[in-house]
Amino acid sequence: MGRAGRGTQFDRAGRGSRGISNAMIKNTMTSPLSTTAPIARPIRLHQPMRFWITLLQALLTALLCAFLIVPMVMSVLAGLTVNYFRGLSSGLTLHWIGTVLSTYSDSVLASLYVAAATLAITLLTGVPAGYALARSQTRLSRLIEEMLVLPIAVPGLASALAILAIYGGFSVFRNSLWFIVVGHVVFTLPFMVRSVAAVCASVDLRTLEEGAASLGASFVQRCLTIVLPNAWPGVLAGALTVVTLSLGEFNLTWMLHTPDTKTLPVGLADAYASMRIEIGSAYTIIFFAITMPLLIAMQMLGVGPGGTVNRKLERNPRAEDPTS
Amino acid sequence: MKFDSIPITLQHCAKTFRGQRVLEPLDLKIGAGETLVLLGPSGCGKTTTLRLIAGLETPDAGGTVHFGADDVTAHPIERRQVGMVFQSYALFPNLNVRGNIAYGLRIKHVDARTQQARVGELLELMQLSVHADKPISELSGGQRQRVALARALAPHPRVLLLDEPLTALDAKLRDTLRTEMNTLLRGLGVTTVYVTHDQSEAMALGDRIVVMSAGRIEQIGTARDIYYRPGNRTVAQFIGTLNRLDGAVRDGVFSTLGGSVPLSGAAHAIYPDARCGRAELFFRPEDASLTTPDQAQLQGVVETAQFLGERTRLRIAGAAPDTLTIDVAGHIELSCGMPVGLNLRPDALLAFA
Repeated sequence: MGRAGRGTQFDRAGRGSRGISNAMIKNTMTSPLSTTAPIARPIRLHQPMRFWITLLQALLTALLCAFLIVPMVMSVLAGLTVNYFRGLSSGLTLHWIGTVLSTYSDSVLASLYVAAATLAITLLTGVPAGYALARSQTRLSRLIEEMLVLPIAVPGLASALAILAIYGGFSVFRNSLWFIVVGHVVFTLPFMVRSVAAVCASVDLRTLEEGAASLGASFVQRCLTIVLPNAWPGVLAGALTVVTLSLGEFNLTWMLHTPDTKTLPVGLADAYASMRIEIGSAYTIIFFAITMPLLIAMQMLGVGPGGTVNRKLERNPRAEDPTS
Repeated sequence: MKFDSIPITLQHCAKTFRGQRVLEPLDLKIGAGETLVLLGPSGCGKTTTLRLIAGLETPDAGGTVHFGADDVTAHPIERRQVGMVFQSYALFPNLNVRGNIAYGLRIKHVDARTQQARVGELLELMQLSVHADKPISELSGGQRQRVALARALAPHPRVLLLDEPLTALDAKLRDTLRTEMNTLLRGLGVTTVYVTHDQSEAMALGDRIVVMSAGRIEQIGTARDIYYRPGNRTVAQFIGTLNRLDGAVRDGVFSTLGGSVPLSGAAHAIYPDARCGRAELFFRPEDASLTTPDQAQLQGVVETAQFLGERTRLRIAGAAPDTLTIDVAGHIELSCGMPVGLNLRPDALLAFA
């Protein structure tokens, strides 16, 4: 089981156990035991002691954050300074960003092109697949779900070698961006499938569809009016994950690219390897600018790692009816 | 609002899932405008029968389903014009109350004005008008149940199918809605098939009740038939509480641990004077009366007395091999260990061949 699948199981289990725990709470509330039983008090620390412990915790947290954030900040600054080795005193400039944009504009476009093509293919194949997997309860479909994780579990290098070994001989294909698209689809498709499947399973599409059918809706009508609108959060989450992963993918792409088909991360490696450090750093800034909005969008939609969607589904038909 | 009701006929409908028979071949006639309740424990085949009528399952080869004169066996649910209420309600979370109720009309491309009038009428009928524009997630359980019913009725279905529609609600609300639904179904006159495992629901709603167990129909009859004249032991034990007297008959008199009872009526027909040997009689908790032990047919001892308000439920030991459950009026106070006598109403004794 991969992440998304586990996610849905947790969701279900969570909902169930929440019900039980509510009942248990009610029980203890009404039982006379809870009022007579002695309540264990937490150990009280002396005020000054607590102050020092809090301070220590804050300091440790700050140090850890700094350890992780300082290199990022330095990298961004490096892309904006005139001379990294002379430091900030040499002055700030947008010159390096300009250089990157003129030298590597092809790789920016290539990456966007690859991401768009990858997204289109994963949408066309992954959405129906996720829907079918969520509806089917056969052993075969569980097996397929397991198999889908393989491209994530296997190092990108290995997948790339396999693709190269089989299709590397078709030179027109080999030299086009589509060669990279294939690699990206292999890597990102599971995220789309699982994201869609998780949402489909959480809203019990099967019964919703039966309801729509009982009201006279044909298969196509059901898909358009019930399935797609309700699976939409999963599709959106999957799409954002696919685009973000495709834009940042280096492992596979490094193996599959040719001098004419460089993507953003490959260009970044190239810039650090063959140019001044300021140019590589400026490149990082551009990379941030492209991927940050996507990451923020995913955060706002509540997309978890692995493409799972943590939607708060309010489904509580047991709620009491205040009107009657 | 009135419906053109049609009869439903199931002939030789069986259902096998992966080699396992969940429904034995079954014949069932449902009258036009009738409310028929399928009652039974879980796994008895009642939901499968409902899904066969709905068109969500197809019967094994040889079975047919007719709506009136119309053979619908091969039609999927979307072509059967049924209204269905699911146990989980299956309300569409992407549509609000109005959108859910209008869905069936929208699918059929009914013109907007008729749609609006029909939805308004149903909102009124179900007392949902103030909630019309709310999303489903903001409704309580009882409101959801009413939306589900309104949605099913909106496109004028030929048959209304209800799959345990009150199970998801708490007990008090269930009682209220049961009464409301009874009034509604009688008023509409639509042919209705109602699945439940709750016998009081079945008795309150059904014109006739079909008692099912293990994929088979045990008995079909009115609530009174099934309660007072159960066709076999399975039905008798499933409906209401039943006491068992284990003993022996001789010359038309039944004797057991705590005394003896003369036989008459139906029990006498099963155990005539000529028969003697081991026998089993059954009776309901309300069919025994308390007397002083020396004048009673059966003598026993109060094991527990549970005061339930309008009645007191007694458990009596020693009168028969099994402990007996007896209901007496609530004001009667008895303490544990008290010896008591029981007289049984002669026509209330049940026996099965």
